[in-house]
Amino acid sequence: MKLLFERSVAGRGQTVFPQLDVPEVAFDQALLRRDMPRLPQMAEVDLGRHYTELASQTHGVNDGFYPLGSCTMKYNPRVNEQVAALPGFTDIHPLQPVETAQGCLRAMHELEAMLCEICGMDAMTLQPAAGAHGEYTGLLLIRAHHLANGDTARTKIIVPDSAHGTNPASAVMAGFTVVSVPSNAQGGVDLDALRAAVGPDTAGLMLTNPNTLGLFDPNILQICQIVHEAGGLCYYDGANLNAVMGHARPGDMGFDCVHVNLHKTFSTPHGGGGPGSGPVGCKAFLAPYLPGPRVAQDADGHLSFEQPEQSVGKVRSFYGNFLVAVRALTYILTLGREGIPEASSTAVLNANYLAHLLAEAGYDLPYGERCMHEFVIDCGPLKAKTGVSAMDVAKRLLDFGIHPPTMYFPLIVHEALMVEPTETEARETLDEFVQMMTAILEEAHTDGERLHGAPFTCPIGRPDEVTAARKPHLRYEFGE
Amino acid sequence: MSTIPAELRYTTSHEWVSEEDGTYTIGLTDYAQDALGDLVFVNLPQEGDEVTAGEAFADVESVKAVSDVFSPVTGVVVEVNEALLDAPESINEDPYGAWFVRVGEVSEVGELLDADAYAAHCEQEA
Repeated sequence: MKLLFERSVAGRGQTVFPQLDVPEVAFDQALLRRDMPRLPQMAEVDLGRHYTELASQTHGVNDGFYPLGSCTMKYNPRVNEQVAALPGFTDIHPLQPVETAQGCLRAMHELEAMLCEICGMDAMTLQPAAGAHGEYTGLLLIRAHHLANGDTARTKIIVPDSAHGTNPASAVMAGFTVVSVPSNAQGGVDLDALRAAVGPDTAGLMLTNPNTLGLFDPNILQICQIVHEAGGLCYYDGANLNAVMGHARPGDMGFDCVHVNLHKTFSTPHGGGGPGSGPVGCKAFLAPYLPGPRVAQDADGHLSFEQPEQSVGKVRSFYGNFLVAVRALTYILTLGREGIPEASSTAVLNANYLAHLLAEAGYDLPYGERCMHEFVIDCGPLKAKTGVSAMDVAKRLLDFGIHPPTMYFPLIVHEALMVEPTETEARETLDEFVQMMTAILEEAHTDGERLHGAPFTCPIGRPDEVTAARKPHLRYEFGE
Repeated sequence: MSTIPAELRYTTSHEWVSEEDGTYTIGLTDYAQDALGDLVFVNLPQEGDEVTAGEAFADVESVKAVSDVFSPVTGVVVEVNEALLDAPESINEDPYGAWFVRVGEVSEVGELLDADAYAAHCEQEA
């Protein structure tokens, strides 16, 4: 399709200014630009059609199944949008007096309390704007804790090799050195390797549980104990909280600090810019270091902002992505105490149902058919037999109107397809997905060569990612 | 089957090493570049940086992932192949020509494998 610049026609436009009703002012010539900016010139109707055409080439959860592992692409109920659009939440300014925004403060305060209850934490900040931002914030708390104890030697963060890539990246951003520990044959943390890795230089451990293979680590209590006995703290990456919310709490597993992804677990928009939100919770002993300002309630129920004395400082302007928090609060209140655990139970049931049927269809599941909310298929054996890779299977799924599962992650499975159906998909959708995956498997065995050319129905099939990364074109190049 | 020149020494983390007059030249093996896929970005240390045997001194990025490159020796970086920064593809095209760094003042050399032992190691990992 044409770019905006290619649709531009000199002199065309849609801007109709109202009559000037203030005195005209002559600007200093030095302040005026000499050349007109080279913006596309076009009618509003053409602009509208351009973006509608772009939108028709995207795929969201409202278009179809989106089993993108580790991303929890669940359906976002419309009621979230209705509540977030209420004038009391939208017609406000972050600097207006708190007496006039008590409802907004209450929404934040209640959400913090509910997230604390779900995670088994004592305090929460809504400031971080996404998951990795939450990781970074949590690590700042851990660093502040050690420094406050005069413990300057704790410079290392332990991360399992199955972790999300953001974990080591956040640790380095926060000034730590990363120590990677291998997984055991069951996909969990290798306890002996962990024991060998901890020491007086251990600042903490970052762990996702269930992990990126969709497996709940049965040694979780022991893992936290090993780290604590070495003087380190335990950080829970809440990326996979959708598997356990309402059933098991990171705080009870022994974690000191946690982030949750509102855009994953709590049904707020995800992808396309979200925006995201990654609240960070902690046990009481870390609360003094939380970013401020924090919402505080006095004895009369009056809400105000206060700055924690030893705060690590702001990690984002004002109070985070407030309207995202309103959506998450709506979601939690809609589901209630019974609905929250039911949602995660159904997410786990859906994943196990799919895992079982896909194994039966002939796909290889290296860590067994039992899983939590997601599971990993290894296309290695398929590739060895037919030449068809995880990439080929994923590309072919696009022809069926399905967003492919996460590919080539976790890194410990080389031809990985990571499938997370979430709880908001009906059995019929899951059955259709199995039919399509079965059909692709048959194609792989009868005409594998053809699959290297998939997809066949999309406007763009296989973009050249390597050249795009090596020689990126970052702006439009005008003809002259 | 990947190429494993007999005159070089290797680490289990897939770096190659050659030594001349106490200076060690380090790069990534053919097996490593093949497993990583098309490389699109390289991070290198600077001249004068200290490196430690068994610890990362550089990283490489493919369209799939970022991976550390580990130093086989402890010492000081005396020369950096900055041409790699603009041409990471040369690691894919000519892994044994596309050296990363030269390290001098070497105080410790980690465990190194000869070509046969490294070939056996790759066999085992495949």
